[in-house]
Amino acid sequence: MLEVKDLHVTVEKKEILKGLNLTIKAGEVHAIMGPNGAGKSTLSAVIAGKEGYEVTSGSITFEGQDVLEMEIEERAQAGLLLGFQYPVEIPGVKNIYLLKAALNAQRAARGEGDIPAPEFMKLVKEKIAQMQMDPSFLQRAVNEGFSGGEKKRNEILQMLVLQPKLAMLDEIDSGLDIDAMRVVADGVNSLRDSKRAILLVTHYQRLLDYIVPDKVHVLMDGRIVKSGDAELAKELEVQGYEDIVEEPAA
Amino acid sequence: MATEEMEQLVRRDYKEGFVTDIESETVPPGLDESTIAFISNKKGEPDWMLQWRLDAYHQWLKMKSPSWAHLDYPPIDYQAISYYSAPKRPEDMPQSLDEVDPKLLETYEKLGIPLHERAALAGVAVDAVFDSVSVTTTFKKELGEAGVIFCSISDAIRDYPELIKQYLGTVVPVADNYFAALNSAVFTDGSFVFVPEGVTCPMELSTYFRINAANTGQFERTLIICESRAQVSYLEGCTAPMRDENQLHAAVVELVALEDAYIKYSTVQNWYPGDENGIGGIYNFVTKRGDCRGDRSRISWTQVETGSAITWKYPSCVLRGKESVGEFYSVAVTNGRQQADTGTKMIHIGEGTRSYIVSKGISAGRSDQSYRGLVKIGPRAKGARNFTQCDSLLIGDTSGAHTFPYQEIGNSTATVEHEATTSKIGEDQLFYCRSRGISEEDAVSMIVNGFCKDVFQELPMEFAVEAEALLNVTLEGAVG
Ligand SMILES: Nc1ncnc2c1ncn2[C@@H]1O[C@H](COP(=O)(O)OP(=O)(O)OP(=O)(O)O)[C@@H](O)[C@H]1O
Ligand SMILES: [Mg+2]
Repeated sequence: MLEVKDLHVTVEKKEILKGLNLTIKAGEVHAIMGPNGAGKSTLSAVIAGKEGYEVTSGSITFEGQDVLEMEIEERAQAGLLLGFQYPVEIPGVKNIYLLKAALNAQRAARGEGDIPAPEFMKLVKEKIAQMQMDPSFLQRAVNEGFSGGEKKRNEILQMLVLQPKLAMLDEIDSGLDIDAMRVVADGVNSLRDSKRAILLVTHYQRLLDYIVPDKVHVLMDGRIVKSGDAELAKELEVQGYEDIVEEPAA
Repeated sequence: MATEEMEQLVRRDYKEGFVTDIESETVPPGLDESTIAFISNKKGEPDWMLQWRLDAYHQWLKMKSPSWAHLDYPPIDYQAISYYSAPKRPEDMPQSLDEVDPKLLETYEKLGIPLHERAALAGVAVDAVFDSVSVTTTFKKELGEAGVIFCSISDAIRDYPELIKQYLGTVVPVADNYFAALNSAVFTDGSFVFVPEGVTCPMELSTYFRINAANTGQFERTLIICESRAQVSYLEGCTAPMRDENQLHAAVVELVALEDAYIKYSTVQNWYPGDENGIGGIYNFVTKRGDCRGDRSRISWTQVETGSAITWKYPSCVLRGKESVGEFYSVAVTNGRQQADTGTKMIHIGEGTRSYIVSKGISAGRSDQSYRGLVKIGPRAKGARNFTQCDSLLIGDTSGAHTFPYQEIGNSTATVEHEATTSKIGEDQLFYCRSRGISEEDAVSMIVNGFCKDVFQELPMEFAVEAEALLNVTLEGAVG
């Protein structure tokens, strides 16, 4: 579904990603872990199309399409979704308005008409209940004055409404209390099916207790230096990054 | 997003740019006493009105064009302007839409404001000003039953001379400023509204202004009076066709609110801003002032400004009555080479007066925008309060925004608060919206509309919709 090959990315003349390879198949959940500043957010941002990152070599393909040739919105319309580490506030724009505009834009790209209002309301009500958010969040400006945890729930709410094929969730667990972690994890798990995939960026095993990944990768200094199954994350928690990499590959 | 792309995005063709070739009866360019006499005569005015105009003219001759505004424009040649233009058959003016010149209706069609539909759908009485003569007035009957007078200023001078004598020029004196003096001398039309004591005007009143004859300056004069406990909401909207030469517009609007009266004056202004180099746009020098004469009266200005090459405009409130309230809500969008110097003046005279200012400026392209706000609190205005919120949004790297808050506080019991922000349209916000699948263009308009929301929600419903549409057109560009 997603194929990243030998990706080199430079920001402000500094090389951040230095030959990164990653393949994600439909139905899989991948987790990327790694020290601060390793390039995890950079990877997901480049896949989503954020400007200011120069891809000096390598390729990214999503369902056979050359992602690097696509506009940001085209990538989203193709089924990619980035859940932000730091979701921005958009004053004056209602949360529900953004949801509707996004959904309709994606439907339009698929050649479908606007979602009928009653159907949309039903969908949103269902998802907001699932996220255990108060419906008043729909009428508030996007992320404005939301607490850290509320912003993260809101990201997952958007994901549930938009139903992406590949959701890349950047530290979706940071700032969440224990109950919220469960709600968010349940939300993510509800999206899991054989046709979709999920890429989690996290620092903590706790999230992976709830969302058990098929693959775990260690990203250090711009490369994936080690990959394994869910067990790898547990080892990391005990041993730390340095020791893990120095261990001879099993 | 690269700045270049941003600029592309905000560049757009002026959709209202077309010219209707209805034959005009126009005086040759130039201004002297005989021009004024011609205008006064054409309008069938009484002698006192002519004298009033001539007095204004003589004062104007002694005045100088203001130079302090943060604007840059070539000197205007007042002798090159034609001061009167009217459709050819003033005597057989249409009494209903069926009688209106189809070309004119076509013009409204192109503007996307089919007059009859709008009027019927929105229940709005329309006093459409085409060039300088009122072409049609609807809903007159309903208004008449309520005792509301809504007519052209020319009709008012003829039919209600006592009201005109009592109120005209009492809010904006003849020699108030250069452009007001010029307007007083040569105004050719505009609207008159009178809402008698205790009456709430049964509908929103709206006028569409349009400048159409080449080289014709347009000098509207509007006077709105609300007696005690009366209320009215007045809507003004403007568009203009594409032009090669700059067109001068110097309107005067006077509002008078007596005890417990409420006047809400909303403007959506979309005049031709000129091409990318500012060639051909409208010069808009407007004097708008409201006089809260009665205790607890309230005047509210709401404006959405997207047009004009040059805008110079400070809707103001004189808060004379005890506990009277002045409000100013403004969205100004400039791009290309547009220049705008706008703001408001709140003059607190009475005790316990309050004013509230929300100004949102959006500058794109190479445009330049200044907000100039004066809050003046007089010695008798005990316990007066003002709150000012002034936000600027920049699109691209070549636009400018300036804020000049002036405060004159003559009284230690007053409270004056001022908040100002300037931000660039957030790349992060754009990325966020686009990463949800929303196109760049829609994302920009969504963010800008959000930025303006505090003001838009002050507009009457159908105007708010129009204002959003207008904003989207203004920021529409080459993307997609
Ligand atoms: N716009 C930028 N200008 C300069 N440096 C940048 C920029 N964006 C990212 N970087 C640098 O790139 C490196 C990788 O950043 P990134 O955000 O991808 O790390 P991360 O792995 O997500 O870290 P964390 O775990 O702290 O979230 C960091 O050293 C960061 O400072
Ligand atoms: Mg990160």
